[in-house]
Amino acid sequence: MNHYSENWLLKVEGLTKIYGKSNVRSIENTGPLFDSNICPETGAIIACADINFELFPGEVLGIVGESGSGKSTIVKMLYFDMEHSAGCVSFHRAPYIGKNILNESNQSKRAIRNHLMGMVYQNPRDGLNFKFTSGGNIAEKLIMAGNYHVGTIREKATHLLEKTEVPVLRLDDLPAHFSGGMQQRVQISKAIANHPPLLFLDEVTTGLDVSVQAKVLDLIRELQQELGIAMMVVSHDLSVIRMLTDRTLVMKNGRIVEQGLTDQILQDPQHPYTQLLVSSIL
Amino acid sequence: MIEQNKFATQYRFAFIDEATKREIRRKLLKAIAIPGYQVPYSSPEMPIARGWGTGGLHVTLAIIGPNDIFKIIDQGSDASVNACNLRNFVHTMTGVETTLDTQKATIIQTRHRITEEVLKANQIFVYQVPQPEPLRSVERYENKTRQMHGEADYAKMWVSLYEQYVRHGDIMLGAGYPVKVNDRYIMAPSPIPRWDIPNLHNSEAIHLFGAGREKRLYAVPPYTKVAPLEFEDVKFHIEDFKGKPCFRTGYKKAFLDELYYDDGSKHYVINDSNFLDKLVNKETPIQHENAYLNKLPHESL
Amino acid sequence: MQPLLAIKNLHKSFTMHILQGKKIEALIDVNFTVAPGEIIGLTGKSGSGKSSLMKCIYRTYLSDGGTINYHSNDGVVDLIALNDYEILHLRKTEISYCSQFLSVIPRVTALQVVAQPLLKKGLPADMANEKAMFILKALGLSEALWSGLPVTFSGGEQQRINVARAIIDPPKLLLIDEPTASLDAATKAVVIDMLIGLKSQGTTIVCISHDEYTLQHLVNRCIHLEKGIIVN
Repeated sequence: MNHYSENWLLKVEGLTKIYGKSNVRSIENTGPLFDSNICPETGAIIACADINFELFPGEVLGIVGESGSGKSTIVKMLYFDMEHSAGCVSFHRAPYIGKNILNESNQSKRAIRNHLMGMVYQNPRDGLNFKFTSGGNIAEKLIMAGNYHVGTIREKATHLLEKTEVPVLRLDDLPAHFSGGMQQRVQISKAIANHPPLLFLDEVTTGLDVSVQAKVLDLIRELQQELGIAMMVVSHDLSVIRMLTDRTLVMKNGRIVEQGLTDQILQDPQHPYTQLLVSSIL
Repeated sequence: MIEQNKFATQYRFAFIDEATKREIRRKLLKAIAIPGYQVPYSSPEMPIARGWGTGGLHVTLAIIGPNDIFKIIDQGSDASVNACNLRNFVHTMTGVETTLDTQKATIIQTRHRITEEVLKANQIFVYQVPQPEPLRSVERYENKTRQMHGEADYAKMWVSLYEQYVRHGDIMLGAGYPVKVNDRYIMAPSPIPRWDIPNLHNSEAIHLFGAGREKRLYAVPPYTKVAPLEFEDVKFHIEDFKGKPCFRTGYKKAFLDELYYDDGSKHYVINDSNFLDKLVNKETPIQHENAYLNKLPHESL
Repeated sequence: MQPLLAIKNLHKSFTMHILQGKKIEALIDVNFTVAPGEIIGLTGKSGSGKSSLMKCIYRTYLSDGGTINYHSNDGVVDLIALNDYEILHLRKTEISYCSQFLSVIPRVTALQVVAQPLLKKGLPADMANEKAMFILKALGLSEALWSGLPVTFSGGEQQRINVARAIIDPPKLLLIDEPTASLDAATKAVVIDMLIGLKSQGTTIVCISHDEYTLQHLVNRCIHLEKGIIVN
């Protein structure tokens, strides 16, 4: 039974992000017990600290928390959008086995982002280049992976748009002319273009209309089942978490307060904060 | 200044002070050592405004010696106002012999064209460059383009070419088509027409690029691989004049200008003025050979 | 014969931090075993702990103490002691839970809901759909509704879909909450027959039911709970 424990795809240990100058007591004087991210002595902001978890291949992990909990910070650091303050992240894929990918060179990080990770942002403007067509945005990822054949690029881009139910006629249209839901779907196609084993979804349906939200979530669910991609879903919305994830981390003030199976977190929350969150669902 | 003169009674050789010449030469050596890489340099003030060829002038004045023979062309012509003024300036500042003959010159300064006649191993070709950064059209910020060059992250450039193909059915860049030098750096070859691009590849001469306003120098040393960016299925091609002969010589294989004569008629004439003169005088100048020229359909040649 | 499920000294309580740490006892010292192929019925008033017991077995609830020994395909394991991944693995392969009400996912048709367990396993879509259609037909869900969205269906129609999904890929242990709720007499009989039929495919069932008919015709043995304690 225990052959599962060493099969992780991503292992995060001691991931920490601090803004400003901290001292040795900064981490222990902040967190959910203090209801604060700010160090009382130095004023440093502990966005997150001592984050430890594992992600298994094909698993969908949810990270839930309110504003300031540090959930987006974790994902930003994992995707190299943000520098870390401390911590070790291991990715079980050659040639990074045994290395801390946070310390890799810019070139390596770019290679990891291109081939091993996909990211879908809350705001499509962060994930898409609005000056390029939707096909061009997907082409960017394909070109970074070494595809220099226009015919093949267009074929693959078309296929990806079909998968995400974006009308193929819009392959050569600018995303600026799309609705929010469609922009998100183009982002998703771009993110999975190189079949990465890991996908980050950062509040991807927040701000979308309810029917659009349902469509996008359903798409994500289908893609996950079809492609078996491991996902990290960041959301403050527990119904999104319930629909998509197997396991969940609950965060408050930059720390993980509880982690477990999603149905257990939602139906038998142990930590006071989790109980508060769950009881607050409308 | 190194020279401790209180009053300058005459111009220094080649106008620029020796310390600056040394700096430019050092930067040129670095540029040659890293083909296609843009080297920042001092770009001293010249008695002409920025945007009028100061970069090319810097390079010429830094490398020219008393025994050099200097030629300068402006879009192929030795006779344009700026070409004449710069030629006079260089001659006044150095006393070197100037010429219109491509074959005779040892240093040729150019604005936006490569000579039709082939360049030899004893020649240095100096380009005046308006925008040295080939990625500027896809990335506004200098620190980002530097990073992109450093990491060879050229995806955005490729996507912009893809977008042009999608929008127009072909890559629409006419002048200054981006090239990859020595399989490493993407370079802006200055706004030369597509016709001239293949002549950078494996050239016998040294090609030096100076952008005075942007303060960058770069170079393509002899026998260097220079390849225009192209997709596997959307290839680079040169201009096709569709068999139009030069009005004055009947020659079909050169880059042509479209000219309106005083009587209102429109004719096509060879752009390179020295090459045209030689053909008119029944001489046989040797033209640059390249694979793209040979690929043109027979009626064109 | 070794029991499939052996529950010993099971305790479960809830601590409501919002109510200043008030503790509610849901299960107190529960002990029983289930033999392979048995159909066990959990009975008792609302709040007696039936659902809590099932959820403790399925690990939706974290038990406070005791052991739940389950005879899995890899040997006997204590469900309380397993880690999240081991539980997820068992849920995918051996243990299924069918809740009292159909959980509705937007945009998924009735047929897709039923076919999903087979699709997840990797069966081709046409085979999965065929089996789904067969079961829905047997349960009397009209064909017109197969491509409809369950959120718009009546309670009885939803329950048919719920049960169909639970039995389409028979697990080793099926935990089912009120299998015949909202169903008319004829459909009830069909469902009961189908559930009994699962025994031949190696399924053991633990179910919760209030319905007398179901308890009489489906269940081999009843376990009666009152205020978290088994009484018989």
